[in-house]
Amino acid sequence: MIPSLDLVLLFLIVAIAIAAITVRDLLSAIMLLCAYSFLMAMVWVEMHSVDVAFTEAAVGAGASTAFLIAALSRTVRWEKK
Amino acid sequence: MSTEKSEVGEGEERAGDVIVETMSRLMVPFIQLFALYVIIHGAGGPGGGFQGGVIFGASFVLLVIAFGIVNAGDRFPEGANTAFMSLGVYIYAGVGLLCIILSLGAAQFLNYGFIPLTTHFEENRALGMDLVEIGIGITVMAVITSIFFNLAWKREPEEGGGEKE
Repeated sequence: MIPSLDLVLLFLIVAIAIAAITVRDLLSAIMLLCAYSFLMAMVWVEMHSVDVAFTEAAVGAGASTAFLIAALSRTVRWEKK
Repeated sequence: MSTEKSEVGEGEERAGDVIVETMSRLMVPFIQLFALYVIIHGAGGPGGGFQGGVIFGASFVLLVIAFGIVNAGDRFPEGANTAFMSLGVYIYAGVGLLCIILSLGAAQFLNYGFIPLTTHFEENRALGMDLVEIGIGITVMAVITSIFFNLAWKREPEEGGGEKE
């Protein structure tokens, strides 16, 4: 494990998570969650658990994003004030 | 991003984008080959039936996003999805029960070594593990595709209103 890389990744993850729950555009929130999952997969690789990272990258960043976009296509894009 | 969203939603009046269609048509076989590699390689390294099945289902999702859900959705009928879902579970449970049956009750459920595929115990175990992973992959692929269709497909109002609560 590389401590400085871990610190950068975890700081980015916290920043992206806070941005994902505060942004008004729901499509932006979905894309931020995709980036969150991808960075989380990199953290799993840093922790030497490649299998969990593989699942996170395939399900979290791939399939879950497509599902959320498909669900967004049935509703409105902008969150109400 | 917004064009992708609208293409998922309104499949009827979309104009086909040549670059997106050609690139997804070129990429889908490689994605599926990688998914099969992940499924087969899962016994001895990272990966496995679940991850490979998700990647295989994601290739179908990419196809549907690129070509519009009305054009591509007719190629994946609901009955075939349901049949694949149960086929994977039947392969999994069948291999597991075969271990009990072929060892006359001596081995446990999913104790692969007792399936007489080859003469070696370890080779039997590897082959049985691959069969079970293939079953898991088929089920996960069908479930991922089915979830995406149920979420994205705008069916007719009188039919969709009753199905979607």
